[in-house]
Amino acid sequence: MADVTLTRYQAVIGIECHVELKTLTKMFCGCPNEFGGEPNSKVCPVCLGMPGALPAANGEAIEHVVRAGLAFGAEIPAFSKFDRKNYFYPDMPKNYQISQYDMPLTLGGEVKFWREDGSMSACRLVRIHLEEDTGKSTHAGSGDGRIAGSAYSLVDFNRAGVPLMECVSEPEIHSAEDAVAYLESLRRTLLALGVSDVKMEEGSLRCDANVSIRPAGSTELGTKTEIKNMNSFRSVHRAIENEIARQIEVLESGGRIVQETRGWDEVNGVTHSMRSKELAHDYRYFPDPDLVPVEFSRETLESIRGSLPELPWRRFERLTGQYGVEPKQATQLVDNVALAEYFERVVAASRHPQQAKNLVLGDLSRLANETQIPVAESKVTPEALAELIALIEAKTINSKIAKDVLQRLWENGGSPKSIVESEGLAQTSDPAAVEKFVDDVLAANEKVVADYRAGKTNVAGFLVGQIMKASRGKADPALVNELLRKKLG
Amino acid sequence: MERSLIERTAAEIARGVNRGEHSAAEAVDAALARVGDVEERVGAFLTVLSDDARNRACAIDERVRAGERLPLAGVPLAVKDNMCVTGTRTTCGSRILERWTAPYTATAVRRLEDAGAIVIGKTNLDEFAMGSSCENSALGVTRNPYDLSRVPGGSSGGSAAAVAGYEAAIGVGSDTGGSIREPGAFCNVIGFKPTYGRVSRYGLIAFASSLDQIGPLTRTVEDAALVYDAMAGYDPMDSTSIDRPVEPTAKGLLESLSGLKVGIVRQFDTRELGDDVDEVYDRAYHDLEALGAELHDVSLPTADYGLATYYLIAPAECSSNLARFDGVRYGSRVEAADVQAMYENTRAAGFGPEVKRRILIGTYALSSGYYDAYYVRAQKARTLIARDFEAAFAEVDLIACPAASSPAFTFNAKSDPYSMYMMDYYTIPMSLAGLPALSVPCGWVTPPGGALPLPMGLQFAAPLFSEKLLLGAAHAYESATKHALKHKPEVGARG
Amino acid sequence: MSSEKIDVRYVAKLARIALTDEEVERFGAQLGDLLEHVNALGALDTSAVPATAQVVESRNVERPDTVVPCLSRETVMAQAPQRQGAFFRVPRIIAEG
Repeated sequence: MADVTLTRYQAVIGIECHVELKTLTKMFCGCPNEFGGEPNSKVCPVCLGMPGALPAANGEAIEHVVRAGLAFGAEIPAFSKFDRKNYFYPDMPKNYQISQYDMPLTLGGEVKFWREDGSMSACRLVRIHLEEDTGKSTHAGSGDGRIAGSAYSLVDFNRAGVPLMECVSEPEIHSAEDAVAYLESLRRTLLALGVSDVKMEEGSLRCDANVSIRPAGSTELGTKTEIKNMNSFRSVHRAIENEIARQIEVLESGGRIVQETRGWDEVNGVTHSMRSKELAHDYRYFPDPDLVPVEFSRETLESIRGSLPELPWRRFERLTGQYGVEPKQATQLVDNVALAEYFERVVAASRHPQQAKNLVLGDLSRLANETQIPVAESKVTPEALAELIALIEAKTINSKIAKDVLQRLWENGGSPKSIVESEGLAQTSDPAAVEKFVDDVLAANEKVVADYRAGKTNVAGFLVGQIMKASRGKADPALVNELLRKKLG
Repeated sequence: MERSLIERTAAEIARGVNRGEHSAAEAVDAALARVGDVEERVGAFLTVLSDDARNRACAIDERVRAGERLPLAGVPLAVKDNMCVTGTRTTCGSRILERWTAPYTATAVRRLEDAGAIVIGKTNLDEFAMGSSCENSALGVTRNPYDLSRVPGGSSGGSAAAVAGYEAAIGVGSDTGGSIREPGAFCNVIGFKPTYGRVSRYGLIAFASSLDQIGPLTRTVEDAALVYDAMAGYDPMDSTSIDRPVEPTAKGLLESLSGLKVGIVRQFDTRELGDDVDEVYDRAYHDLEALGAELHDVSLPTADYGLATYYLIAPAECSSNLARFDGVRYGSRVEAADVQAMYENTRAAGFGPEVKRRILIGTYALSSGYYDAYYVRAQKARTLIARDFEAAFAEVDLIACPAASSPAFTFNAKSDPYSMYMMDYYTIPMSLAGLPALSVPCGWVTPPGGALPLPMGLQFAAPLFSEKLLLGAAHAYESATKHALKHKPEVGARG
Repeated sequence: MSSEKIDVRYVAKLARIALTDEEVERFGAQLGDLLEHVNALGALDTSAVPATAQVVESRNVERPDTVVPCLSRETVMAQAPQRQGAFFRVPRIIAEG
């Protein structure tokens, strides 16, 4: 699709996410909420929808959703209830799903997200509600595990009843990149809140995208399609790009967009229509008479709000804004909370973000990588690192010595100051002492000096190296350079 | 004369077992022998659990020998077959569950077992508790022990017949719109529906979740109180069960009605029910007065809308509750080439006509475009009906009215669905309001040309959670009038 | 509330119950009758009345997040109308949107 065409249209994207909550037990029974396991081994009368069984709501799951809502700045209505969504499907034990219809746990709010260039944006949420997951059907007899052409299906109910949070965004995302950035931020936030593992590969995060296009400048919404079966952020990106292109092509060739559900085909890189020959859905929502409403007092909400951790987007903003960390590195830090906290403690103790960044994200991260010990768990305390920074800044040691000291700290811990003192590693800045090293080296390398004077100036580096070596690395490199230049004329 | 074990009340049997005068095993054997004698004619049970019952009786006897005293020690219990009992076929009177074995026990039944009661069998019912005569059972015919040519009422007709026919000392049923009270009235026993939420519904196969309530069917009010005391109370497995203390009812039941204000509902004109029936209720109200009650006229202006309200709410809930019977995980199944056809064929073959009618009307009432006009309007009418009772109970302590529109009728007498629905005209408003209500024998009518007198039931209803008062008043009325004892069942009682 | 005729076939499809032509006819008439009775509710002024979903007003009944034992797989699968190994087996699912 030519870029020229693309600029004549604006894509409008809304994202619907289903997030499995991290709890010990399922939403309405005490069966374990765990991924995998032998088929039909984590079920009981309740989650199998046996006659006479009744649901009992998991308080932890309800609180998880409220945490998420508060984190996104959503309104938590004082009254919420569970409803039944009625439709038949073999992996749905009761042939109704306990969900929330008109009174969800949270309303509104927004997900702030950032792009690769560090710019921030936000997408508002419509609502977040709580429901139960379905079981899993495996389609057999078609050879490719797909539903089309399968002869029969096999059903496992282990997942049935797992608490599921549905998070619906407003249609205000305009590119595949932003859609992924939105999802990344959502994922990071839910992870930070501890409410979900948010693993797309295990299905604990699943998302659908509503995509439409409209002429650039228009404010009316075009006809949307719903894209399903995207199982990684990469496929979300590809599927949305592809669908935008498809819609533009349809319109450009004089066609009309049909409102429908389309499945993303990862292998062939296209979406295909999933239009069903079945009845139009009529979910017949009504309040579940087996469950009672949920009400929140202000005290409860305040206490949950007070327990929220710092949100990833807020940390990202501070790292890039206040500390000047590059967006890519800031994102790394956001994804490694322990490292980020370590970094911020170093900054606080040293008041030197630039050095802190170099040491924490450079040398220390390299050491952590080599030894497989996370920085925050190493023997190098943030205070020790701050001390090291102070030594560098005071020119007590040079950067080469600093690396050596850091290596020692990593191996044995301790204080950089005492290491420098006990090992006599302090930088030699006394001009007389340094001049002595320079003179000795020049005297011992007459031929090299002659080469230099004959125009081979690149041998200066060799001489500097010899001088530093003679000083056991302690000579102030700036002073060495200065004296050498003077003496070589 | 010493009465035989089968004729004794639950209170008497438990006392006898606890005192070592006879064993639980003897009580159970006597009940099972009686079942053997009369079951062919009555047909109260769908499943008789002879071996399990005998084993459990022996276990109870051991516990009693070890010094335990149990309020229902050795009392033979008949359980409506819509309550789960571990390892036992639980059918709901439906083809679709004909061969289903429950893997767990309903909380209410477990509590009765814990109190020493012994389940001797599972009783017949209208399929999924939908009906007022037991004629909607797909799995058996139950006859009224007082006149075998007549129905026992429903839907808890099997439990009512088992208790009335002396096959079990006590029974439990479920009441959604009158399913305990109406069969109680038809079978000359107490039929008691507690406040909604007082008894856990966990393990009761749902018909209409916001209305279903388990309750006792017994030959005396004291037994009803004993059974209620054993069953009632919060259950974490049922979120709609009420988490507040239960006031025990069996001890210190009232002996008089003096000082009680009893409301007679102006809108419930018993003259419409025929002279003989009108006479029974007229007499009953006079008896209440004679026992010291102050009678007041009360008005329930919206009660007349009860039936319409009920026949939207109950089917709506049932259409969803019964969706799980789909042939995938359990129950019967009719194979087909694709899963939708399998569902449709399985459910067409598995459900009887009344169940299908209610699923259809409920599906319709909830469907897009009709939800507000039907379901929501019915929920609002429900509010008005509950408010009427609240207003009435601001003036009186109890309400007294008929339990059913007629005495037990003959088989196939109500071929039109709506005429069957009318049987619950007097019981549905209390169900909609969640109130505790019971039916107590209040007299007999002899139909023209019919040889056998038929029992009638007086319904008492009380404010929410007023079980103690309700049972007390019924006890005072029962002790003073002794209507239940005036005739023996057609199947006879061994002396 | 209207007394319009119920589309019994559509409703039966939603409820997944196969009906014969005779049943469509009979249930259609019976449901029509019932709806006429039910339409009496139209006479009640419910404009300012809240709906009652449940008669007893409990709130926030929640279960602690603690694991309880599951059913044994034999118990679960013993009831299966059709099984394949540890799975429930169902006929072909017609793809739904």
